[in-house]
Amino acid sequence: MSAWKPFILCLMTLVPCWGNAKTIDLYPGEGRVISDAILLAAPYDTLVLKEGVYRENSIAVDKPLVLLGEEGAIVDGQMGDEIFVIVSDDVSLENLTLKNVGVSYLKDRAAIRLNRVSNVTIRNNHLLNTFFGIYLQKSNECLVDGNTIRGAAEEESRAGNAIHIWQGNRIRVTHNTLSHHRDGIYFEFVDESYIAFNQSRDNMRYGLHFMFSNDDTYENNVFQNNGSGVAVMFSNRISMENNEFLDNWGGASYGLLLKEISDGTISGNRFQSNTVGIYAEGANRLVLSQNLLQNNGKAMDIKGNCMDNRIIENNFIGNTFEVLTNSKSNLNHFEGNYWSQYSGYDLDRDGVGDLPHRPVNLFALITDKVPAAHMLLHSFLVSSLEVAERMFPQFIPEQLIDSQPQISPYPYDFD
Amino acid sequence: MGKIIQFLATDLVKNKTIIFYLLFLWVTGFGLISLQGQSEKILLALLNISILVVPMVCLVFSIIYFYNMYEFLLLLHAQPLARSTLLVSFYTSLSLVLTGVYLLGLGLPVYFSDAGGVGLLLLLTGSLWNLIFIGLALLMAIWASDRTKGMGFSLLIWVYFVLLFDGLVLLLMYNFNEYPIEKLVLYISFLNPLDLGRILVLMQTDAAALMGYSGAVFQKVFSETWGKGLVLVLLLLWALIPFSVSIRWFNKKDL
Repeated sequence: MSAWKPFILCLMTLVPCWGNAKTIDLYPGEGRVISDAILLAAPYDTLVLKEGVYRENSIAVDKPLVLLGEEGAIVDGQMGDEIFVIVSDDVSLENLTLKNVGVSYLKDRAAIRLNRVSNVTIRNNHLLNTFFGIYLQKSNECLVDGNTIRGAAEEESRAGNAIHIWQGNRIRVTHNTLSHHRDGIYFEFVDESYIAFNQSRDNMRYGLHFMFSNDDTYENNVFQNNGSGVAVMFSNRISMENNEFLDNWGGASYGLLLKEISDGTISGNRFQSNTVGIYAEGANRLVLSQNLLQNNGKAMDIKGNCMDNRIIENNFIGNTFEVLTNSKSNLNHFEGNYWSQYSGYDLDRDGVGDLPHRPVNLFALITDKVPAAHMLLHSFLVSSLEVAERMFPQFIPEQLIDSQPQISPYPYDFD
Repeated sequence: MGKIIQFLATDLVKNKTIIFYLLFLWVTGFGLISLQGQSEKILLALLNISILVVPMVCLVFSIIYFYNMYEFLLLLHAQPLARSTLLVSFYTSLSLVLTGVYLLGLGLPVYFSDAGGVGLLLLLTGSLWNLIFIGLALLMAIWASDRTKGMGFSLLIWVYFVLLFDGLVLLLMYNFNEYPIEKLVLYISFLNPLDLGRILVLMQTDAAALMGYSGAVFQKVFSETWGKGLVLVLLLLWALIPFSVSIRWFNKKDL
């Protein structure tokens, strides 16, 4: 009997697509073309939307279907309610262009909403001027891949998020291009998910914003020119590798903001031209290694409530301030980084500086306490104080040193 | 007056110190360009050089030149010339040559660093600093007949504007940190032409975003057209007032 089990299992999975799976072609016309077709379709049918504009919204997808768009198939929500609401498992939505979802202050309207489903695929769609783009609500094991989502947000209060996930497990968000929304990617309570190869640009608030989301992996994403950069909060065991955090420049912008986050790894990332490269508050037991921090205002602002983080083998190049902290003691470990402001020497030629480096800048400390002192930025007084302080440390935390400063930068490849 | 200016200016241009000054500016300027890639970092470095070098060169060189030309000045006095004409021509020729050298010395590096409008603003501010500190130097030279005293005080002026003033401001800010002092600090910066010019240039660069809230307060004033105009007018006043005082003193002075 046990030998039959796999066979029966196979049969069970095949049955749906065996008997009556049809392909139905849809053409634009009067009335609710797509909704009516869904009503008539049997589970596991494929609906192919032919070229043309379908003026329709509030389309409930309540059975497992494949919706395919041919080139030029556009679903126009006419600034009304949500376009697709997916409430069935095993739905797949591909190659569609969705546009014009109206702004609402009462409801988070999205072009595509997934509500308590699993195994749904949203692939290669274009979303234009939709209030929220793709909204996953209490859904698991879904794939969001290759979508281009472009908002038309002008002010933060009237803007939604491009990909918004609220409660979910094992979701894959890959190869999406997100721009001009409030947040590019927004996660709340999303665990064990994989976020890779996305491009999040020109969003009003955060390129990526997540909270209470554990065990997630972020790889090879680009976050560029977002209002406040990337914020990650209240999460554990996060891995962020080979991402790029670029050009998040402004009075309150960060490359990467870490708040109450523990046991993660942040490695191989590039932080370039941000006001603050990495801002850490209440971050514990993180490993920050092999990152490049280049041309930032403050490369790293690590507050006194951060503990047991290891900052190793990073390149700090051309930053105005290298490390800033608000505590006199140091509970983190800096070792083997390259600091372009290091002024020591290497007599034994082993590639490691003979004197420890103190990356904390006195002026950065002063301005942290007395913000008005910013007016002295780049003045001669500040540079002379700096030199004096490095020689005889009085104010900068004495233990915050890199005892193994590198003489030349690591040859990491970031292209 | 024209003839005196012409004579003094040609005399100044031949001066070895001036040529050395020009070479120094070129070497540092182009050296920075070859070391730094980013145009903004180059601009900030040029700004730092201007802050440090311009006041010192203007003060020290002008005061020494005035003392050296003192006898020539007495000789000219034998001619039917107004005293103010003499001093104005002195000031004009010094300003022409020193500002010209400054513009030539840093103008070329700025041009090659692709700094754009901010670079022009830096050059304008630097030129105004030239005018200001030449005026202050003449003031010191007329006030103190004794060379040592004049030199000493002009160096003191340099230290004051470059270091002491900022130190005092920092002390003030440290002690009154609890109060909203951003506005006050803004007005205090009017009292130092170097601070004023530095903030003006900084505010046009990306560095402004580093300055947080106080930066925002400054930015309101320093990045608007009227604000920039106001700062430039203030800098002009800084040049005019010491110089007009020095004319008054010179008219009354027992030569």
